[in-house]
Amino acid sequence: MTSREKHNLRHGLAFCSLWFVGFGVFTIYPVLASLYYSFCDYSVLQQPLWIGIDNYRRMSTDVVFWISLKNTLVFAALSLPAGMIVSLSLALLLNTEVRGMPIFRTIFYLPSVVPIVASALLWLWIFNGQFGILNWALRPILGLFGATPPTWFADPAWAKPALALMSVWGIGNSMVIYLSGLQNVPQELYEAAEIDGANWWRRIWHVTLPLTSPVIYFNLIMGIIGTLQTFTTVFVMTGNADGNPARSTLLYALYLFSTAFYDLRMGYASAMAWILFVLIVALTLLATKLMEKRIHYGG
Amino acid sequence: MSPKSKLARLIVYALLFGGAAIFLFPFLWLVATSLKPAEQTMSLPPTWLPRAYYATIDGKRMEVTRDYPAPDRPGYWHITEKPAPKTLAGKPTSAIVSAAEIETKIQPRWDNYHTALATMGGRRPTSAEGAVGVDAQVTFFTFLRNTLLVCVLGVIGAVFSNALIAYSFAKIRWRGRDTMFVLTLATMMVPFPVLMVPLYGVFKWLGWIGSLRPLWVPAFFGSAFNIFLMRQFFRTIPEELSEAARIDGCSEWGIFWRIILPLSKPVIAVVALFHFLWAWNDFLGPLLYLTRRHTFTLALALQDYQSQGGGVQWHYLMAATVVVIIPIVVLFFLTQKTFIKGIATTGIKG
Repeated sequence: MTSREKHNLRHGLAFCSLWFVGFGVFTIYPVLASLYYSFCDYSVLQQPLWIGIDNYRRMSTDVVFWISLKNTLVFAALSLPAGMIVSLSLALLLNTEVRGMPIFRTIFYLPSVVPIVASALLWLWIFNGQFGILNWALRPILGLFGATPPTWFADPAWAKPALALMSVWGIGNSMVIYLSGLQNVPQELYEAAEIDGANWWRRIWHVTLPLTSPVIYFNLIMGIIGTLQTFTTVFVMTGNADGNPARSTLLYALYLFSTAFYDLRMGYASAMAWILFVLIVALTLLATKLMEKRIHYGG
Repeated sequence: MSPKSKLARLIVYALLFGGAAIFLFPFLWLVATSLKPAEQTMSLPPTWLPRAYYATIDGKRMEVTRDYPAPDRPGYWHITEKPAPKTLAGKPTSAIVSAAEIETKIQPRWDNYHTALATMGGRRPTSAEGAVGVDAQVTFFTFLRNTLLVCVLGVIGAVFSNALIAYSFAKIRWRGRDTMFVLTLATMMVPFPVLMVPLYGVFKWLGWIGSLRPLWVPAFFGSAFNIFLMRQFFRTIPEELSEAARIDGCSEWGIFWRIILPLSKPVIAVVALFHFLWAWNDFLGPLLYLTRRHTFTLALALQDYQSQGGGVQWHYLMAATVVVIIPIVVLFFLTQKTFIKGIATTGIKG
């Protein structure tokens, strides 16, 4: 090692030293410990007791586990496409050269800075079955068809759609990311397409979407990771980790939390966390596989 | 793309205004509810503006609540005396009067805010109801102080630690650096639930459960995402600048402090802003580590306020919600450009 290399190593390690602590104590140790606990019976109060793959085996017959997994996948299937369509549509709208664009961008982004606790309480009030303003607006419209509006968070069948509707309000981040992707599409391509006689829809389909596909891919992956871990909204709206009504909003993260910190079954909860990790990786790979051929990385 | 025809322009504007109305509507409803007296939050049909009704009962002019239309006399209302908010003197009188005798005024109840802030910590709204609990001294301002502490210390820690670490990854060529960087990026994949249980164990072992420390101390030890963000920025600063300083005998610290940091204000602003927002809004962390009410942050206190006592008092809850939202909305308006640019970069380079 030359003296320069020694100097660099010493300084490199010194500048990085805080991260060695952070990386070790707040990341690597928890990851390894969690993996170990997932094979243990562990309640925090006692030393973990090795039980092999029992936690994982128990999961396969745990009815509540399957309910929470199903709820999460249904919620993701509702909120992910809805969020992606709305945020991409808004970005397309904002990408048109009209006056006042910054004001509209601010308005559409604003809900995303609101604390989740606050927006959850607000929407709980809007969705209130009896006095909520949404149902007041829906009542006369549905009345024409002889129907009454659902009670949303009081109705097991409508609680998840209501959650998904609410999540669409906070799509500001992905909208801004789409917008910056759209602004990178070269103007000449639109002009060329127009000369070739492509109408608005064809320009979107053949120019805009292929060229923004890397951004769509990025938002999809981030969406999968975020949606599968949804916790705060439901916890605040139902006031606890039970997933009321009738376990219809018992999302995976909620069940994991109550297993760990209410039932003190930390080993089982750790095993659940690892299954979640595997699920996220699997869905990410699936999304990559499906989109691979359609992602267009420009020159 | 610019819309060519007049019609296209019109459609774009119609969609923009329609969308903006939908996105703003919840905010308006939030503020409207927060300014109403309790009974008007549950009136049907719902009204936008808070009202006050006045009528004369037994020769005395007083504020009343309009309870329901008299069932057997069309055009008449059942009304009840509205007790002053701070006292509860005797049984309120009620009467049936014609609609024409009720005077209506638009009157926002700013009082709701005062009451909400005072009772967020668990104190009863009126002295008549008594029951001053253990946490009587805990009000909104306790929670605000806790939240600001977590946010400000966290921001200092995040900027300081991530800048140092990112400098090491971007500007110093040390053996093992690239391996360490790949490992760092890989940890971004790990979902929080995996870390949750052992992290709780670490903080319990340190004796930090019940204190604010688990919420801000980790910020002083770097986070993968911010390291990545700052490293990407540092790498755009020409190497010649550091080399020239090195030849002039500047130490590594000097280069970092006097050359790199002053050039990195944009990325520092992004990291500081994102951390502040994240810490202000974080709910799961406080829920895990805070045990007593006087240590709660605003996000946790707001959730706790909802579940206090009997039924939800929507006007107070919405008033408290407005107060929790306002600082963050103001911050967003002041820093919009940094904000939007920050998100856009994370998307493209991520």
